Amino acid sequence: MRYMLLIYQNPASFETLSEEERNAVMGEVGTIMGELTESGEWLGGEGLADPSQTKTVKVRDGVPAVTDGPYLEAKEHLVGYCLLECESVERATDIATRWPDARWWGVEVRPLMDAAGTEM
Amino acid sequence: MRTDARVEDLLRRLAPQVLGVLVRRHGQFDACEDAVQEALLAAAVGWPEEGIPGNPRGWLITVADRRMTDQLRSEHARRQREDRVAAQVPADSSHAPAPGAEQPPEHDDTLTLLFLCCHPALSPSSQIALTLRAVGGLTTAEIASAFLVPEATMAQRILRAKQRIKATGITFRMPAEPERGDRLRVVLHVLYLIFNEGYSASSGPDLQRGELTHEAIRLTRVVHRLLPDDGEVAGLLALMLLTDARRAARSRPDGALVPLAEQDRGRWNSEAIREGIALVTDALTRTPVGPYQLQAAIAAVHAEAARADDTDWPQIVVLYELLERISPNPVITLNHAVAVAMVRGPRAGLEMLETLDGDERIARHHRLEAVRAHLLEMAGDGAAALSSYRIAARRTTSLPERRYLESRAARLTGDDR
Repeated sequence: MRYMLLIYQNPASFETLSEEERNAVMGEVGTIMGELTESGEWLGGEGLADPSQTKTVKVRDGVPAVTDGPYLEAKEHLVGYCLLECESVERATDIATRWPDARWWGVEVRPLMDAAGTEM
Repeated sequence: MRTDARVEDLLRRLAPQVLGVLVRRHGQFDACEDAVQEALLAAAVGWPEEGIPGNPRGWLITVADRRMTDQLRSEHARRQREDRVAAQVPADSSHAPAPGAEQPPEHDDTLTLLFLCCHPALSPSSQIALTLRAVGGLTTAEIASAFLVPEATMAQRILRAKQRIKATGITFRMPAEPERGDRLRVVLHVLYLIFNEGYSASSGPDLQRGELTHEAIRLTRVVHRLLPDDGEVAGLLALMLLTDARRAARSRPDGALVPLAEQDRGRWNSEAIREGIALVTDALTRTPVGPYQLQAAIAAVHAEAARADDTDWPQIVVLYELLERISPNPVITLNHAVAVAMVRGPRAGLEMLETLDGDERIARHHRLEAVRAHLLEMAGDGAAALSSYRIAARRTTSLPERRYLESRAARLTGDDR
């Protein structure tokens, strides 16, 4: 099964971490990514730029409106994702448990939809 | 890359034979597998242009063997252990055999290779990837594209599987008799998984993924040819043929799934059905019964009904009862409940489903809720059916299944108005 791990963070509180703590977080992420690449479970992933760099687009009655800032008002934002293929949801959840952001904020584990299916 | 279908078929057929010869000669499954893959690529590029050589098998063995020998030489030179080269590389293998000199093997190594690639020490995803490459002769890029993962990810899985074979000291030989039956079951399960991956995709946009059904059928045919007296091999081949026979009828041109009861049976592949029925009938009459034979027999009963209303449901119930006895699992119970509902009415089927509600393997699975929805609809309980269809639609991770379940739900809300 393919899963996406959605990594949430409060950028303001991340900034308050010491440089040592931030480097440790980066190091942990690098280690986990290395392991997932080695195990053949890593399909891809990216980090997102600061939420302040967001453009939100809405089209109403055919009229587009582009505003600066995120779609939802929130303290926590999506800061990155990784796409994994795991044998089970338990395995995907275990990986999310190790993701450092889960200790301060949260990581969502979401199954991907598949274009394949079987008739009933 | 492989545009020539004749070349492609030939290469896939020869791949395991060539690999078998190399591994017998040199040991080192992992390095031999790479060498054969390189030879296959060279042939795939060269043969469509230059024509297929007179002895294609000998050509592939020569090219792969040369790569292997080069690699062994450079490795050993690097380690300055030339004295061991003489011991490990038979004298004749450093020379290319003359075309035609390579005799066909007395026995086919394909089965030994399958046992190796489907070793229980490997994860299912590794077993599948390695089987398709080493036995099926597919390239890493083709396998990656069939499983919708980046090529680098698939390459890593194959590498890891080969490292694991090396690390655990798994050898290239037929498993001994006491464990051979269990090991064959793993091989058949891997082939079944490959088939299912392809079959579920065959209605959708991923054409290469759908091709996996052909590959699974082809490999199962090879196993059946090598083990003609094994009823479960025949049963699995029959099950694949009878299931794949419905391919053209199982989805509409827009990709929407058509349930079995509503399929245009005129579009079923009658040749595949004939072959599947003959295979399973023969297996059931002369070998011990097993789960694949029973599932094939159920598929055969469906295939024999000219119209959905003609289906011999009492016969299907009997087959599911047997299946539950020899291979109990919640998915079997689920399908059994459908058959029971068709014979004794929806309430009897719904009662059977209740036994699954406490089974954590399936309790939260969309299929349980989808079957419940169908049976509730059959029982005339529209409101409860609607609720179950909606739960099932939210739980499935398949786009066409979600679409099907949503359309069933929409039909009920239309009725309620």
